[in-house]
Amino acid sequence: MALAELPDAELVRRMRSGDEAAWAVFVERYSRYVYAIATRAYRLREHDAEDVFQEVFARAYTHLGSLRSDDAVRPWIGQLTRRLCVDRHRSTGREELEAEIEAVSPDDEMARIDEALSLRDALATLTPDCREVVDRFFCRDESYRQIGDALSLPSGTIASRISRCLAKLRATYEGRNEVALASSQHDD
Amino acid sequence: MTDEALPEEQLAALLALLPPAPHAWVAAATELPAARAQIDTIVARAEQDAALRARLLSDLESALAAEGIEPTATIARELARRLAGG
Repeated sequence: MALAELPDAELVRRMRSGDEAAWAVFVERYSRYVYAIATRAYRLREHDAEDVFQEVFARAYTHLGSLRSDDAVRPWIGQLTRRLCVDRHRSTGREELEAEIEAVSPDDEMARIDEALSLRDALATLTPDCREVVDRFFCRDESYRQIGDALSLPSGTIASRISRCLAKLRATYEGRNEVALASSQHDD
Repeated sequence: MTDEALPEEQLAALLALLPPAPHAWVAAATELPAARAQIDTIVARAEQDAALRARLLSDLESALAAEGIEPTATIARELARRLAGG
């Protein structure tokens, strides 16, 4: 199994043994999540968001060894990022923004970001071709033409590939959710 | 998590919530393990050498350069945090 496909627990185990490639995969896996929490849920300014981003990964690198459960990485990273964002707001004294953020509710935005991350987990199981066009079109906001130029494909091919891959993504995501739902009902 | 079919627009909106972080940020975080070894060495030396510690605190980048360490943003940020006791 490729490093990028490893579950968090296995990735963390390898990181603890000093595998720098595993660390690079970990950063890649969580970079968008941390970035979205800092810039969307907590609306940090660019340089504040960058400081929080680097601090999250510095602390992750230092403290991953003492994490109680290797499966708990995701909520731990989310919670750490939130805490550092709140600290940053307090230290910069942007009270008016703090009130604005409370009005839009970071909890709601966090729930959406968490769902988006679960969707990316499903995306990661698709073929590289699908991952690339979906990511370029929906996440990087590239046009058919830009994607076509980058991949040396006609725009029509890009459009049909996006449509096909989105259908696959939906089926994969909903399938995973059904499994998770059945599992949680079984646990109840 | 939902047990209902997600409309395409909702799927697209969720995907758009996670654009890539700036490349330089990701590169700096990725570099951390390699930088950490250099940082550990210089922190250990600064703990034994008050003059070195003073030079690092007064002008971090120049002091690092004088020690033959390239003062990348990752190293400078992490070292400043460690020297401040973070």
